[in-house]
Amino acid sequence: MKIAVLIKRVPDMDLRFKIASNGTSVDESGLKFDISDFDGYAVEAALQTKEKQADPAASEVVVISLGPDVVQETLRKAMSLGADRAIHLKCDTPVHDSYAIATALAAELKGGGYDLVMFGRMSIDTANQSTGPIVAELLGLPIITAISKLGLEGGRVKARRELEGSYELIECPMPAVVTIDEGIARPRYPSLKGIMAAKKKPLEVKPAQVGEERYKLDKMELPPERAAGRIIGEGKDAVPELVRLLKEEAKVL
Amino acid sequence: MANTNVFAFAESRSGELRRAALEAVTAARGVADSTGGQVHAMLAGGAGIGALAAKLAACGADVVLVLENPGFANYNPEALAATVAARLSAGGYRAAFFIASAQGRDLAPRVAAKCQLPIAADVTEFSVGADAVTVKHPGYTGKIIQSFTLRAATAILSLRPGAVLPKESAKPGTVEQITSAIDPSSARVVVTSTVRSEGAKLDLGEAPVIVSGGRGLRESGNFKLVEDLAAAFGNAAVGATRAVTDEGWRPHSDQIGQTGRLVSPQLYIACGISGAIQHLAGMRTSKTIVAINRDKEAPIFKVADYGIVGDVLEILPVLTAAVKEAKKGA
Repeated sequence: MKIAVLIKRVPDMDLRFKIASNGTSVDESGLKFDISDFDGYAVEAALQTKEKQADPAASEVVVISLGPDVVQETLRKAMSLGADRAIHLKCDTPVHDSYAIATALAAELKGGGYDLVMFGRMSIDTANQSTGPIVAELLGLPIITAISKLGLEGGRVKARRELEGSYELIECPMPAVVTIDEGIARPRYPSLKGIMAAKKKPLEVKPAQVGEERYKLDKMELPPERAAGRIIGEGKDAVPELVRLLKEEAKVL
Repeated sequence: MANTNVFAFAESRSGELRRAALEAVTAARGVADSTGGQVHAMLAGGAGIGALAAKLAACGADVVLVLENPGFANYNPEALAATVAARLSAGGYRAAFFIASAQGRDLAPRVAAKCQLPIAADVTEFSVGADAVTVKHPGYTGKIIQSFTLRAATAILSLRPGAVLPKESAKPGTVEQITSAIDPSSARVVVTSTVRSEGAKLDLGEAPVIVSGGRGLRESGNFKLVEDLAAAFGNAAVGATRAVTDEGWRPHSDQIGQTGRLVSPQLYIACGISGAIQHLAGMRTSKTIVAINRDKEAPIFKVADYGIVGDVLEILPVLTAAVKEAKKGA
């Protein structure tokens, strides 16, 4: 079983962001970076899939990331968790068009002989949730998106997808692309042994063949602050006032 | 001649129209009114789906493309994407609207790739010009608003649920029966069943009111109080924080937040929720926010329009009774 996992380096979302002076990127000073949340679940799902094989050593998990040189840290982190090798698709300028990014990823994946290509459902920063499906179409592979359960049986992917208030059971033949939602598995932590081993694992650097950008970022802004909250009272005695405000002021009751 | 018509994908599930369908048609109507073109809404499903066409006409569909085929009774992503792409590639469309629901998030990028077009995803505001489309899309868990320009003959957009509210604008809605671009049974990706989650009467993507519970409820049995308040409203769905879904008090699909559902209801009532960044990311765009929490320093009060400091277990039954009373008078 040969598995590719596409991962992205993103800033920690718990911190307060500032817009950089160019107006189209975040000021990176003081930010911490790590694997995007859903991509972390995808790495974990890939590692567990490999470990479940009759002969895990015959399987391979390859992690791939597109971006400037700093993404190599993220690739090393994934290798410290257990990925076997890494490919860095070097691209020094930020790209926002999912189609243009997918073009570069598909060019790398094509002919790679992967049984399974995994993505996080979306990256937590740009939150487009489009790259995985476009890559699948460019490769001509079936794709199941946003899966919360993954089973592999007789050369088929059997998955569950959460919908609003419902879920779907869905399957397709392999090779296939899947994008991973939360709920599959909690990512493991790197061990000291894993961190040491990751330093020696192969990391190949190639230029990214990014497509033409037809979706361009013009600017970033911080959202308008919500008007300061108002505490209307304490305990159950405040309920009548709340109901009055919902009726008369907010007009939602 | 420039493209003037506008395409809208009308989402349905298990033979029922989704609110997303009306939102997509309403968005398309607004654009078609400025380009002077027609709105073509596409509806796909099993036997009888065509009966829903009138609802699309009421929101402004000039033409309803009806794909009625047992192979579409469950969501059939490959056959649907091929059929929508064939329609868009035939030309004449300035824009194509999808809603960024679970289904739309899956379908829209498939269509974009088949048409070799770029996509603007999860859009909250848009303006369609002759040469370019400008959009806003919140990123970084809602902490940064990104503005983009999309350049394509046909602009493919998925709109965040609730970004456009369904509006009446009656048009003829002439029904045109269409066929699938590929044999639906030849699709490699097959949805074998669509299962409604237990207890979910109204879902988070559709409900105008959401009552949501956090760890302040202290134990899973107390979630009943949240459900009771939702029931008193009658048009409310129940949500939860990640702490609660991690504990298994509620299913994962109920989680509102950075890694769960992003919602913008008219009214959001946060019960025993402290307001972790992870949770705020999923609900801060709600129109009116009410917070009930014991800790008056809790971050949820910073985003709440109306806050009550106190124990949810004590306040919820009183609020439920008051809402019932108010609904009776309405």
